[in-house]
Parts: sequence; C-alpha cells; structure tokens
Amino acid sequence: MTEPLLDVRDLRTAIPTEDGDVHAVNGVSFTVEPGKVLGVVGESGSGKSVTMLTLMGLTRRAGAQVSGEVLFGGRDLVTASDRELQRIRGNEIAMIFQDPLSSLHPFYRVGAQITEGIRAHRDVTKKQARARAIELLGLVGIPKPEQRVDDYPHEFSGGMRQRVMIAMALANDPKLLIADEPTTALDVTVQAQILALLERLQQELGMAVVMITHDLGVVAEIADDIVVMYAGRVVEQAPVEQLFRQPRHPYTWGLLRSIPRLDLPRDVDLVPIEGRPPSLIHLTGRCSFQPRCPYVGGCCGEQDPTLDAVAGNEQHRVRCDMPEERRARVWDALSAGRSPSEAAAAVGITSAEEDAA
Amino acid sequence: MTRSLASPLRALGSPTSRYIARRLVWMVFLLLVVSLVAFLIFYALPSGDPAAQRAGKGADEAQIERVRHMLYLDRPLYEQYFHYIKQVVLHFDFGFSYSNNADVADQLTSRLPATISLALGAAVIWLVVGVAIGILSALRPRSLFDRIAMGGALLGISAPVYWLALVVLALLSQSYGVIHLIPNTGSYKPLTQDPGAWFTSLLVPWIILSLSFAAIYARLMRANLLETLDQDFVRTAEAKGLSRRRVVMRHAVRAAITPIVTAFGLDLGILLGGAVLTESVFNIPGIGRLSYDAIQDSNLPVIQGTVLFAAFFIIIANILVDIVYAVIDPRVRLA
Repeated sequence: MTEPLLDVRDLRTAIPTEDGDVHAVNGVSFTVEPGKVLGVVGESGSGKSVTMLTLMGLTRRAGAQVSGEVLFGGRDLVTASDRELQRIRGNEIAMIFQDPLSSLHPFYRVGAQITEGIRAHRDVTKKQARARAIELLGLVGIPKPEQRVDDYPHEFSGGMRQRVMIAMALANDPKLLIADEPTTALDVTVQAQILALLERLQQELGMAVVMITHDLGVVAEIADDIVVMYAGRVVEQAPVEQLFRQPRHPYTWGLLRSIPRLDLPRDVDLVPIEGRPPSLIHLTGRCSFQPRCPYVGGCCGEQDPTLDAVAGNEQHRVRCDMPEERRARVWDALSAGRSPSEAAAAVGITSAEEDAA
Repeated sequence: MTRSLASPLRALGSPTSRYIARRLVWMVFLLLVVSLVAFLIFYALPSGDPAAQRAGKGADEAQIERVRHMLYLDRPLYEQYFHYIKQVVLHFDFGFSYSNNADVADQLTSRLPATISLALGAAVIWLVVGVAIGILSALRPRSLFDRIAMGGALLGISAPVYWLALVVLALLSQSYGVIHLIPNTGSYKPLTQDPGAWFTSLLVPWIILSLSFAAIYARLMRANLLETLDQDFVRTAEAKGLSRRRVVMRHAVRAAITPIVTAFGLDLGILLGGAVLTESVFNIPGIGRLSYDAIQDSNLPVIQGTVLFAAFFIIIANILVDIVYAVIDPRVRLA
C-alpha cells in the first residue's frame, strides 16, 4: 500500500463563540492517497468544511482549539508554524469554494488574482506569471483567455467564475485540491460541466482531490472513496462502489433515499431525513444520530459507537451498534423501495417511542 | 428641455463625459434652487430692516428710503431675485456687504485660503488617524487597544467642537490659559505671508476639528473591515498562501475603504463651505466666520454668497465622489 498523501488522525476542532465552544470536528480520521479522489459527504453543519479549513490552518484566526494530527508529506499541519502553512497553502494544497462570485475579489482583474497566487510561491516575472494565468484559463475551458484575463469577476457568468477559481487553485500544480461544495451555487447544467472539468483535470494532472458535498450523487462518479460525516464525526467510510452497493449506516441510508435514483422503482418517493442535526455546543456522549434514527430498536449502546470495520472488509467502516444481520435486512427492504418505517417494521422495530419505554 | 440638452451632450462622446456634463447641468439648477431658498428664508424671517441698518444710526426716513431704492429693496421680491442672479451669472457680482460695503465676491475669495487651510489640514489628520485606528482595532477586536480606541472615539464624537475648543483655549492659550502653550485666537496668518505662524496658529484648530471626524472614521473603518475580513474573497486570499499583511492590506482593507472615500469627499466638501464653529471659536478669517458674522448682522448679500459657495463645494464634492467611486470600484459604471 502506498504512503498516503494526507493522513488525518483524530482531528478535533472547537471554535469559541458567544454561546460556548462549538465542537465542529470531533475526532475525524481519514486518508487520501496520491492521485485519488475522496468524497466527503454530509449535511450543512456536519463539520466537513471546518475539517478542511482546519487542515489548511484557516480556522486559526477564529481562535479554534485544534488537536490531533494532519500528516501531509511528512509534516504535521496542526503543529506547523503559520509561515510553513502559508508556504503549503495555494502551493501544495489548494482550495476552491462554494460561491465563486463572493470568493473572487470584486476589485481586481481575474488575471491579477491568479498571478498573485503564482508570485506568492514562485520566483517568476510578471510576464511569465501572466502567460501562466492565460494558459490556466485556457486549461479550465475559458474561451479567448488572452482577452478574458483582463476582465473583472463580475464580467463572468457563475460557471465561468468557478472555472476562474479552479484555474487559480491549479496555478502552482498542487498535489491536493480541496473542493468545498464547488457546484452547489451553480445551475444544474453548469454543475455537470464543472464536475466534468474537475474529473478531467484530476486525471490529466494526477492530483488528489477532496470533494466536499451534501449530495452523494455529485461524488458517485468521480470519487474513489467516500467519507460520510455527521455531527463532526465520520459515521461511515468505504470505497465508492461498496458504499453504494451496501451502505451500512442509517444516516447514509437517509442520504441515499433523499436523492433521486434511477435504480429504484419509479413510484418510490424521496424521503427526507426528519429532524435537524444536533447542537455541537453540548455533546451528549451518545450516538449523535440516535434522535433522528428511524431504526432505534434496542440495539443501541449507552456510549457513542466506535468506527469499526465491518466483518470481512477492512476498508468499510461504520459507526453504528446495529447487528450486521439486521442491517442487511433493513437495507434489503430499503433498496426494494420500502419506506424507512416499513423497513423498520420488517425487521421487528415497532417504534422508537416503545423502545425507549 | 431634455431634447435641447440631449443633442449637445451626445456630441461629447464617452458615457463618462456625458455623465459629468449632465451632472454639471444639474449643479447649475441646484444652485439656483439653493439661492432662491436662501433668498426666501431671509425675507420670511424677521431680520430687521436692512435699509435702516445700511443707512446707519441716526439716518432719517428720506435717507433710509434712498438706501432702500439703491439696494433694490423697494422692488418686488422676484425682481430683486432676478437682479441678483443676473449680476452673479453675468458679472460674478455677488453685490456689496450691507455692513461695510465691501465687494462680497472679493470677501469670499480672500477668505477662501483660510478655510481651505483649515479644512485640508484637518482632513489629512482625521483620514490618517481615523483609518489607522480603525484598521488596528478591527485586526484585534475586543483587545485592550480596541476598547481604548473605541471608548476614545465615543468621547471624540460626543464632545462638541465649540466646547472642546473653549476648554483647550482656557487651559492652554498664551494670554489666559493655565499653561501658556498655544497661540491666542485670531493669530492666523496666511501661508504665503508667514508659514511658521500659519502652521502654529492652525495646529490646534486642525486637531480639534479633526477629532470628531477621526472618531467617526475610525468606527466606520473598524466596522467595514471587520465585516470584510469575514468575506469569502479574504478566505480565498488566505487559501492562496499570501502573507497576512498582504491579505489584510491588499484584499480586506482595499475593499473596506471604499465607503470611507465617499464619506471623505462629502465631509471635505462641506467643510470647504466653511467650518463655522471652528472658525468662529478660533477667530480664523475663513468663509465660516464670514457667514457667522453675516447671519448676526442680517447681511443678505454675504449670506447669499456664503450659502452659494458652500452649496457649490458640496455639489462638486458629490460629483467627484461619484467619479472616484467608479474608478476604485470596477463594478460601478457611470451612466
């Protein structure tokens, strides 16, 4: 097995606010292999963005308390100095964000914004940097890059702005690109174009990508591995085809049933996950998904379950106490198009209230 | 009206020059309105009989009537107004002061350097001090520096200029202060005559006048920068691996300072029309002092002159601010 490019171990981030410390990340571990794509999936507030901002050192200014390890190329980014991180950011690790309009500076031409990032890390002349900026704009599919390089962000459409952001991120040939919901703010047709572009660039340039999304459909095609996050924790992780073939965590089931799928019968309704994510200020120490879980049926332990490998598969890990046999039967019922309550009844779980009593 | 204006404007070419031309036409219209309003207010308010005042003490009825005729005061109001406007437009003649018969246009232009000296000097101080304090406060919100600076700013905003000026004079002025540190009031000398005296006489007025502005600008800059530091594009700049200094100055401050530019242009424009309080307390012979005296004496030609001057500067400042804004924010287009 190759040495991972990024090795995150038990990362914890607490951000102080007026209401108390928000424990946004609570012991997250995952690895990213060189040249591979990791999909990080979860609702808003599940800690996926904060995890990525923390590993780039971008939560430091908010006074975040960080523990754990983030090993990147033999260095621990948690303990690295601000200067070291500054050298890594935009150079070895680059990041693109959700809203490309607000993420670009409104007063500077896009060319200037790209060359600024190049010249921060490379000792090149303005002319060389500009030539590189034009080359990058062409690479990400912007027509007439030698003209558009002198335009301002507001002169581009939403999809073109995200292409500019991608060009800026690729400027220094990063080994790792973190894409934080790169398509969420875009039109559906443009989303597909941007995803196709990211997939093409990833393959051409051979860089590793971490793709953050709340939509499993977005990462289904381009990710090698998936990490599902809930309430600042990893609740399930697996290679992509295993996760879609045999998902193990009730939250992952919920995510899968809340997006349209072609492999289910056509009359099957989409089912939203009821309730809202828990407060990350006061942690209960129990399973954080329990209050929303339709399958609570006597098998839940008192403690928060650990992230364990499923029997016979080291790569597939899940954080849930449900017995394997029951899990398989619930998923069989769900994938046959049954609703969550029908699936629960099928395995003998009557209702969460009775169980509690 | 719009038709006849539109064709010569189109010949001016670029949208920006058309925009400026249109704004200048508007300026003339606004100045006419301002002058009319000032005229009407003067006649509507009980201000004594200017003819009697002008004729002097002990003048008899016949003399007063002669003066009244001479000053056009026996004509209908609209005739007086049109006469005034005609003189201003055709001859740059603002009439003569009722109190000392001096040419109002001469008075205004001769007092302008003092007002410009006061306003520009104070503007430099408040801009530098206010922006610097605002940036430092925003970079360390709720720090000791921030608390002291914002507490001081609140005091600066709350303390009226005339009160502060009188306290400083009572404590420090050369002839009646507790410590004899600063020149007396009325010691202003033009820059061209005596640069040293010009500077020392204006130093305290500059500081006093700039204080409340500096306080407002510090708070404005702090609030803007705090908001901007949370913007996505600042996070992008950090993610590019730029130095902290570059992230703050080139990205955050650059965006946060644009509203300051607007406020600065307008404040400076208002002050160029006369810093009435500061000029009056320190007895600086500028436009502000002139208008203060004119109001005391119900001196219509001088009041009219100073009002038009002030309105002119404010309107010009507005136009300049809009043009500058289009230059510093590429999203703004003049049209």
